[in-house]
Amino acid sequence: MSPSPLMALFSREIRVARRLGGGSTMGIIFFLILVTIVPFAIGPDLNLLSRIGPAILWIAALLATLLGLDRLFQADHEDGSLDLMLTSDTPLELIVLVKCLAHWVVTGLPLVIAAPLFGLMLALDPQALWAVTLSLLAGTPALALLGAIGAALTVTLRRGGLLMAILILPLAIPVLIFGVSAASASLSATTPFWPPFLILCALTLATLAAAPFAVAAALRHMSE
Amino acid sequence: MSKSPFSFPVFRLEAERLAFRRGGRALVENLSFRLTNGDALVVTGANGAGKSTLLRGLAGFLSAYAGSALLIDQAGDQETIASHGHYVGHQEGSKPALTARENLAFWQAMLTLPGLTSDMTPEAALTQLGVPQVADLPVAYLSAGQKRRVGLARLLLAPRLVWILDEPLTALDAAGQGLLTSLIKNHLGCGGMVIAATHAPLGIDSLHLELGGKP
Repeated sequence: MSPSPLMALFSREIRVARRLGGGSTMGIIFFLILVTIVPFAIGPDLNLLSRIGPAILWIAALLATLLGLDRLFQADHEDGSLDLMLTSDTPLELIVLVKCLAHWVVTGLPLVIAAPLFGLMLALDPQALWAVTLSLLAGTPALALLGAIGAALTVTLRRGGLLMAILILPLAIPVLIFGVSAASASLSATTPFWPPFLILCALTLATLAAAPFAVAAALRHMSE
Repeated sequence: MSKSPFSFPVFRLEAERLAFRRGGRALVENLSFRLTNGDALVVTGANGAGKSTLLRGLAGFLSAYAGSALLIDQAGDQETIASHGHYVGHQEGSKPALTARENLAFWQAMLTLPGLTSDMTPEAALTQLGVPQVADLPVAYLSAGQKRRVGLARLLLAPRLVWILDEPLTALDAAGQGLLTSLIKNHLGCGGMVIAATHAPLGIDSLHLELGGKP
């Protein structure tokens, strides 16, 4: 009995990422380095650090998400897998969604798990640690899906990584705004946690609904 | 060679005044042909004549500039060739980091059509292609000919009506070429169709299409 196509695709993606190595560990190390570098740049002022800590973690997560994203579809394009997937009975939109999910599990989820540890280095209080972790959990899937649009548009370009970053970073601004404002809610009495957090969830859900169609359209066009 | 116990449903493939363009240049123009179950079409032509373009177009990767190519069943319903076809091109679609078995199991799950399942295992398909020893090796370590055989094993694991083969003999040794010929004969015997672009003779009875290339 053969497994369903999408389950087979998911386990293949996870296997490839694990065998090639690098994916998760590189992302976390890059995340760690970004978080470590900031205190060197702004000096050892703990109050200042804990005030901008959530923003630092979010920007670091955004940049770490970009790592490896350019290979998301390019590797499949180069070895011919993408062509074969187009002849599959499974809609390309679902294939894209499963590939993004696998990519997030390998690269995004480790960042979410590491965020509270790295937050300690930025002198965040426990409440802020929770808020940052929750907001990253809700927001990083949107970053991965937006990134997939950029990855699909640059799939045929040899060195498309930088162009991809230029294309998608502006699109990530709304996610960043609401992610950081939810994460920083505990730092001041005036900003609430729930409204920005719920808007962040809505952004992720909207991206989840729209991005697979955009990505699939881009891939179909690029395969010509 | 094991005989497949089933035969494909009756279809005819009709290409009607088909035209494809690459980079604004017409490569294939005003091409019409018909195939029925058990037919093979061999496409020949000089380098750059448009063989690969035609095959990629038939597989649905390029949209036709004009005309159409469709499969029509007995009831007269039209379906795309892509949804019933295997495409074997210059790349094998194998992930170098995964073993031959893992690659094939994935493609079997991905490409199997409802109602057309094969009970063949990846190991059995590799044995039929004469490379049972590579099942547990990462594809990165295989030779070009072995990679090609792993790619061709896909054809056996997910039965599909139309095989679209772009230079299928590339990198295969004499024994491999003989093996492919017998696989193609077997497929045609089950009522399948084969469209192949090739420079070397495949050793099968086939219709022939010569693309006139402007160098």
